[in-house]
Amino acid sequence: MSWEAVIGLEIHVQLATQSKIFSGAATAYGAEPNAQACAVDLGLPGVLPVLNEAAVEMAVKFGLAIGAEINLHSIFDRKNYFYPDLPKGYQISQFATPIVGKGEIKLDLTDGGQRIIGITRAHLEEDAGKSVHDLFPGQTGIDLNRTGTPLLEVVSEPDLRSASEAAEYFRQMHSLVKYLGICDGNLAEGSMRCDANVSVRPQGQEAFGERTEIKNINSFRFVERAIELEIERQIDVLETGGTIHRETRLFDADADETRTMRSKELSEDYRYFPDPDLLPLEITAAFVQAVRDNLPELPDARCQRYQQAMGLSAYDAASLSNDLDRAEFFEAVVGVCGNPKLSANWLNGELSAHLNNADVEIAASPVSAEQLGQLIQRIDDDTLSSKTAKQLFKALWAQANAESNVDALIEQLGLKQMNDDGELSAVVSGVLEANPDQVAELRSGKDKVLGFLVGQVMKATGGKANPKQVNELIRKSL
Amino acid sequence: MSEAKPTIDLAHLANLARLNFDPNSSESARADLEKIIAMIDAMQAVNTEDVAPLSHPLDGAQRLRQDLVTETEQRDNFQSTAPSTSEGYYLVPRVVD
Repeated sequence: MSWEAVIGLEIHVQLATQSKIFSGAATAYGAEPNAQACAVDLGLPGVLPVLNEAAVEMAVKFGLAIGAEINLHSIFDRKNYFYPDLPKGYQISQFATPIVGKGEIKLDLTDGGQRIIGITRAHLEEDAGKSVHDLFPGQTGIDLNRTGTPLLEVVSEPDLRSASEAAEYFRQMHSLVKYLGICDGNLAEGSMRCDANVSVRPQGQEAFGERTEIKNINSFRFVERAIELEIERQIDVLETGGTIHRETRLFDADADETRTMRSKELSEDYRYFPDPDLLPLEITAAFVQAVRDNLPELPDARCQRYQQAMGLSAYDAASLSNDLDRAEFFEAVVGVCGNPKLSANWLNGELSAHLNNADVEIAASPVSAEQLGQLIQRIDDDTLSSKTAKQLFKALWAQANAESNVDALIEQLGLKQMNDDGELSAVVSGVLEANPDQVAELRSGKDKVLGFLVGQVMKATGGKANPKQVNELIRKSL
Repeated sequence: MSEAKPTIDLAHLANLARLNFDPNSSESARADLEKIIAMIDAMQAVNTEDVAPLSHPLDGAQRLRQDLVTETEQRDNFQSTAPSTSEGYYLVPRVVD
């Protein structure tokens, strides 16, 4: 039997505010344990939460970007459960009335197609603290710095149909929240985490199968792998006559498996109720409009602009616009050299290859956008050939110094193209004399030999001759 | 209105609320809960079809604060009342999910 997977993701986006969602404590990553946990975060008696305006604005920004309805009236609820890293005994979240309602995201598929993935809702909530199990024998250490960090939980419809689609959706969400400037997108620091609801059903069947939830996945690769494994496991169970039970599972990357965390019988009953400490959140249409007026250019719009205003191919435009850092780097390069096509080629070619090899993010590229722009300028004005340009790029990469001057380096390395007719003519004559047979063939109209002769000249000049000029010189001397 | 007597899973409720019932008093707790549920049933019998849910009794809206860091570090102060701390962490009996 052939099976179809049905997947929905809940993505927790850590909002890039300076202070916490309900207190004035800092949210900076990497502080000493508990140095950023204030009385409100600790849930000490007598404290009151006060909502951070920036978190509200970021949630609205996100809602507008996915074309969602923004609820001008929303409610904060208490989600009750006991765990040592949740000192109040409840998490402040939004349950029945979230700030962001139904929206959608256009998913670009690898085969060039597009799918619409529904977003059920997005709500504001506070993060819990961190439990450390391996530092103190027989005890658990609690660090409450993360407590109260603002999160936007984005819940998708069960519209995803494969592990790779789910990973692509996660990737696109990552790109979007970075574009919006509402999240730093740092996966290693847990800035985006996701839970995946996974079920399978026989191809063609309408009804959903029983689902399981995989908790707390925090990388693109893990999203894909965890879901892939869970789909395989479920199909296996069903094909051997078993049944799937509703449960929460954990992805263990080292063991490369998902395993039961808690079964439904032990599942929590969160006993949600409106938080009496927080009055309803009322925002005005004017506030929403102000946020709308200040929305940055989003990936789709940028991709269109790269094609229409800069003449890039759909592929180049998409690959440059889907990541904000990459798009900004590209635009900085074009700003210097004024040649979008060549800039796209260099970014997607040489630069990407080097970055991938060294596993370096583009924001930390050893060759600056300024330098790459100047390098491309020197190709444009025939100072560099494509070959010497690559040599120069390697040198810039090795130096990893944003202060390095491109022109000085061209001089220093002797990479300047031979554009001087006199010097080049001498080399050309030498090559023609040494290859009388080919010259004769060329004279008799066999144009193919021209390539060979040009190649000989390039070889003799160490690649520094300007091929166009060599062509002309050979033709002239016949 | 409530025909069947509500069934109460006392052990489950006690676990959710992290309460420890003395076996001797669990029957009286069950009786109390049954009374409470009967009262809730009575309230739920009221027709609320055209009534919007009321989340808060006060007619007001949440005031927002600016996104500014206003708190200073007071860890030692806060931890002075904690039963057990080490290297800046609060320590609790080992819990593993």
